[in-house]
Amino acid sequence: MSQHTLSINGKRYTVDVDSSMPILWVVRDFVGLNGTKFGCGMAQCGACTVHLDGEPVRSCSTPVSAALGKKITTIEGLSEDGDHPVQKAWVEEQVPQCGYCQSGQIMSAAALLKDHPQPTDANIDTYMQGNICRCGTYDRIRKAIHRAASMNDDFTLSKK
Amino acid sequence: MAAPMNRRTFLRQSGMAGTALAIGFYFTSCEGEAPEPEGVIELYKLNVDDIAKGTALNPFVMIEPTGEITLMSHRPDMGQGTFQAIPLLIAEELDVKLDQVTIKQAPGNAKYGRQGVGGSASVRTMWEPMRKMGAAARAMLVQAAAQQWQVEAAQCRTENGEVIHPVSKERLSYGSLVEAASTLEVPESPNMKSHDDFRLIGQSVPRPSIVKKVQGQANFGIDMKKEGMVYALIERSPNFEGDAIRIDDSAAMAIPGVLQVVECKRPLFKKDIPGVAVIAENYWAALQGRKALKIEWEAPERLLDTDSLLAEMHDKTNEEGLLDQEEGNFKKAYEKASEQLTASYETPFLAHAAMEPQNALVEVTETTCEVWAPTQFPQWAQNELASILELEKENINIHVSFLGGGFGRRALPDFIVEAALLSKSLKKPVKVVWTREDDTQQSPMRPGSVNQLQGGLDEEGRLVALQHKVVTPDIGHSLFGSYDENKVPGGVMEPVGESFYGLSNYASRYVFVDADPIPLVWWRSVYSSTNIFGHESFIDELAIAANKDPMQFRLELLESQPRKRAVLELLREKSNWDQPLPEGKARGVAICHCFDSTAGHVVEVSRDSSGKVKIDRVVTAIDCGTAINPDNVLAQCEGNIVMGLTAAIKSPITFKDSVVQQSNFHDYHVLRIHEMPKVDIHIVPSTEPPTGVGEPALPPMAPALCNAIFALSGKRIRRLPFDLGEV
Repeated sequence: MSQHTLSINGKRYTVDVDSSMPILWVVRDFVGLNGTKFGCGMAQCGACTVHLDGEPVRSCSTPVSAALGKKITTIEGLSEDGDHPVQKAWVEEQVPQCGYCQSGQIMSAAALLKDHPQPTDANIDTYMQGNICRCGTYDRIRKAIHRAASMNDDFTLSKK
Repeated sequence: MAAPMNRRTFLRQSGMAGTALAIGFYFTSCEGEAPEPEGVIELYKLNVDDIAKGTALNPFVMIEPTGEITLMSHRPDMGQGTFQAIPLLIAEELDVKLDQVTIKQAPGNAKYGRQGVGGSASVRTMWEPMRKMGAAARAMLVQAAAQQWQVEAAQCRTENGEVIHPVSKERLSYGSLVEAASTLEVPESPNMKSHDDFRLIGQSVPRPSIVKKVQGQANFGIDMKKEGMVYALIERSPNFEGDAIRIDDSAAMAIPGVLQVVECKRPLFKKDIPGVAVIAENYWAALQGRKALKIEWEAPERLLDTDSLLAEMHDKTNEEGLLDQEEGNFKKAYEKASEQLTASYETPFLAHAAMEPQNALVEVTETTCEVWAPTQFPQWAQNELASILELEKENINIHVSFLGGGFGRRALPDFIVEAALLSKSLKKPVKVVWTREDDTQQSPMRPGSVNQLQGGLDEEGRLVALQHKVVTPDIGHSLFGSYDENKVPGGVMEPVGESFYGLSNYASRYVFVDADPIPLVWWRSVYSSTNIFGHESFIDELAIAANKDPMQFRLELLESQPRKRAVLELLREKSNWDQPLPEGKARGVAICHCFDSTAGHVVEVSRDSSGKVKIDRVVTAIDCGTAINPDNVLAQCEGNIVMGLTAAIKSPITFKDSVVQQSNFHDYHVLRIHEMPKVDIHIVPSTEPPTGVGEPALPPMAPALCNAIFALSGKRIRRLPFDLGEV
């Protein structure tokens, strides 16, 4: 166990954890942010996706030591009021069913739009195939990503 | 987040005054999780003081003098949309907008009537009682306003939480009428709206849970925490039966944060599955501790392999089996037929693989038990806990969170009971979390099956005899141990017990297979998911043998059934069935009638440059009566397409020596976004009462795909799953 100082959603937190502990469990069990979900524990399903300095990572398989000196963004920090274009598009397309995987889907989609502001279906396939939705909302996810892209926001600026 | 506040605290903090209009209902012949009866719906008024004291149930409808309206959703929401659909039925008749109300998820309590979610049953069984409650409350508010204005109630109308007298243009809010309305009798048969007057039903009203779900603010079971709780991860008997012969926990106990290692059990009705629990301060420590355990498990005498079990099922198609139902005389008609066909179809064992792994947070004391869990059947959990912990049911509180998927798996209370037993022995709140590997390898699964179909055609190519024989284990036997060899188990023949085509000379038969010790449970659309693959593939084979177009063949069979026929006609139109496709493309069709709805798909396939079959488009039609929220009906059909497709072309569950061989999403593959076909879903317009939505579009997915592949390649697929690259 050792002290780790982390930047999460623009705030500083100090936690006393084993440095091999994945970011997922630090964020959920020690910081108390529950929006990031546990699905598989081996970077196979994407439910735990967060941003590390803006890049999407699977937090279930990324040790907290990898986050030192970097900025962690979780679903709770993606926007001030849940009004990131991806979140707005997700509501407009009524994407979630059970909703459990959607934090991860949204974090992956937000990262996709930063790299590809006007993504093709092929871009979406490549970026999003690491995120499983067992309820089967894929068709809506695709539509919502295109819708978010059409909102014409600057995705770099809308992220913290 | 902290555990949700209890009812009493909620009422105190919400500052509820001594008056409110509060209404509940019950079926006169029903208590608990019993099937929905034909009984009379009785409405009753609740005493607000009793609600505040906690001695009465929370009502389904509560209107406070402040104007605050609370509607109860008593059915757990696993993504199917009951959190909106149930209160929306009340809101429709109460004449309030959904954004004027607070929706509360009910805890488990038999006084709510059946709460379990399964069988696509919630809306179709709550259609009457929920609307009746809303209508009764509205009638009382109107009566109160009419008395105040000294006019006839019939002259008043309501809109968005107000009673309006159109002649005088006076308006009174519901809140201002509560005190007077609460002194009136609850009308026994309030007037309900006609279909044309609906303002919410039939509209795609945005679902109220969605905003929270896109902000990471919706609470699932796994998000629940309680002061002083410990985490438990459990290594369970890999073969479901053998005990731990030797446990070496020295390395586990050396992991920082690990508190204890204890033997435990997971009661699954007829048996207890042995386990060893690592108790720790946090999940990660518990996981590291569990990995460090060294356990030797006993191997029971009877060990099962999927290969031998499925081979046994194929052999058993030669047995006559138990007759389920017969219309006319199959055998006689079959023997006389000018062409006879026989084929067998195999479907695999499958995991549910809901995205949220099983979990439960439970605190057991000497006299009480508090549960926070994602459960489909809260009262079943309550009953099991009462019997196993020997506590009064009233002292067991089941708080229901959102469910991260369910698909049938979360009907069972096993993961709750094992947490409760640990809490009882450790005397502290225990949160059990299953890993994905636990979920894949230890969860009860969908049974595999072999279906044998026999059919006869006459000289004109008309279907004159059909028999459907189902060979599969019985879920009831798997869970509860009882099997009557003279009786076809309930549900196992769905939906082919009687022919939904209305065929004459139709017989259905069942042959039992013992799959112990493999635990089994209902999987989305249950036996329909396996039985329809054979049934609708075989109808296609018969159409081909009769030299008829498969769509036309089915339309002729459904000549006397206009509603089912209309589903096919809609599919035919929307899929451009009668327009030939270019070379290298083909279509297939399949339908199913289950959960009182009819749904079907036309699947379009082609070959890509590598020769792999590609699914270009799925066209879907469903008749589910009145669509409460048409957009949600589309969403459920989308989900069924994905789950049905996954079951057809992705991983099976296999076992060797009773040990499941798949463990996580790297070897138990499910459909991903790049494999998602285009979908085009159509709802048959209807003013009939609503029927099932959550499941009916799943069963026809696999046969529609396989029928399309036959049309493309001439290859008939009779075994699932299969690889699109190897057709």
